[in-house]
Amino acid sequence: MQVKLDCERIRPLIDAALDGELDASGQMTFDSHLAACPDCAALHAERRAFVHRLRAEATRFAAPESLRDRLAAEVPRLTGIKPARTPRHWRTWLTGGAWGASALALAASLALFLVLPGQQEMLTRDLVAAHVRSLMPEHLTDVPSSDRHTVKPWFNGKVSLSPSVPDLTDKGFPLIGGRLDYVDEHTAAALVYRHHQHVINLFVWASPGRQDRTPNEANRNGYNLMAWTRSGLRYAAVSDVAWTDLKEFQRLWTIAAAEGEPENTAP
Amino acid sequence: MRAERFERVVLAHLDAAFNLARWLTGRTSDAEDVVQEAILRAFQAFDGCREATARPWLLRIVRNVAYDWGTSVRAAKLSGFADIDPDDADGAAFVADAFSEPAETPEGLMIKADDRRLMDDLIADLPVVFREVVVLRELEELSYKEIAEIASVPIGTVMSRLARARGLLQKAWSVRNAG
Repeated sequence: MQVKLDCERIRPLIDAALDGELDASGQMTFDSHLAACPDCAALHAERRAFVHRLRAEATRFAAPESLRDRLAAEVPRLTGIKPARTPRHWRTWLTGGAWGASALALAASLALFLVLPGQQEMLTRDLVAAHVRSLMPEHLTDVPSSDRHTVKPWFNGKVSLSPSVPDLTDKGFPLIGGRLDYVDEHTAAALVYRHHQHVINLFVWASPGRQDRTPNEANRNGYNLMAWTRSGLRYAAVSDVAWTDLKEFQRLWTIAAAEGEPENTAP
Repeated sequence: MRAERFERVVLAHLDAAFNLARWLTGRTSDAEDVVQEAILRAFQAFDGCREATARPWLLRIVRNVAYDWGTSVRAAKLSGFADIDPDDADGAAFVADAFSEPAETPEGLMIKADDRRLMDDLIADLPVVFREVVVLRELEELSYKEIAEIASVPIGTVMSRLARARGLLQKAWSVRNAG
């Protein structure tokens, strides 16, 4: 009779005992009952065998590539810079929260996590990330000035180059300022121009010995890039302006920089 | 950097997040939607996440998203969510139903031949309050305390639901394998 009563008390504990979730005294009571009760010991053994089977046979679903792709590809479009461009599918479950800096950081983070890019791809990614980061509040310029005679000397001693800083205001690309950035494992001068409501970042960094190259184009997450090399300096213009505008900027900037060069290098 | 920490601490558990979402929703496409939403909610709430408990923390968010959608617009798409009373911890209504002896159809015989498929089918047929404790305990190997926090129930409830769920599965499994 005593055994029967014990069985009723013990059997509901079989699972907790299997999981190691009984406290010390509970476990002792449980063990001593099992040692004396073949029926409960058999139930315990059967349950243990079944749990082993359950764990061995049940499927553990791994996150599919399609999900990783979705997170990598779709999240950057949420960045809130251009809400009108956010795909409809995503807008439906954005609960109206203020996306911005956190979504930008998430986009960059997911890109890092989910993509294993080649070298060119990595540079493109770095440049777009730096551009997007610059659009976050207070990040655009370290030296906010439309005066090239203020912006150019500001870089002295901060980067190992003295970039040309032509003024293109009368061509529709006013100078906003400059800042330090970091791309391609180099400290870079970032010159910030504007075209209507769009920001154009022109990154300039030293790459001694690298051959001159004519502009190379790329597009990533809706941003257009043009990259070229001249006299041991690499240049990359990044913006969400239309291709035609970015090409025009690149052409005008190169001409103006070449014309301004004698003045810029003068002591 | 916050983003780098998020990647290292939270996104490391993407498989676990997807596994839970897949078991709760029953469909890959729904699970992907749930995880996507959960990852973004997680990023917003990330400051409250401690590294040591990041996996249960993320799984709790995944569960909440799945339930939110299950009880609102997506109820129809989520397997079993619509007609289950979460307070019916004994699953009395369910026992009579889903775990009655299977008809000896050709399909039934085929399933019998495939243990893995059978176990998955049995788990998938469990009411969600049992299914989630099974997934969290047997597949994710979380403690009762962690499961209690994820499911927002007392530890005693986790214990009784898990015992009940295993009992249901074991019985159904032996019925299908008898004869």
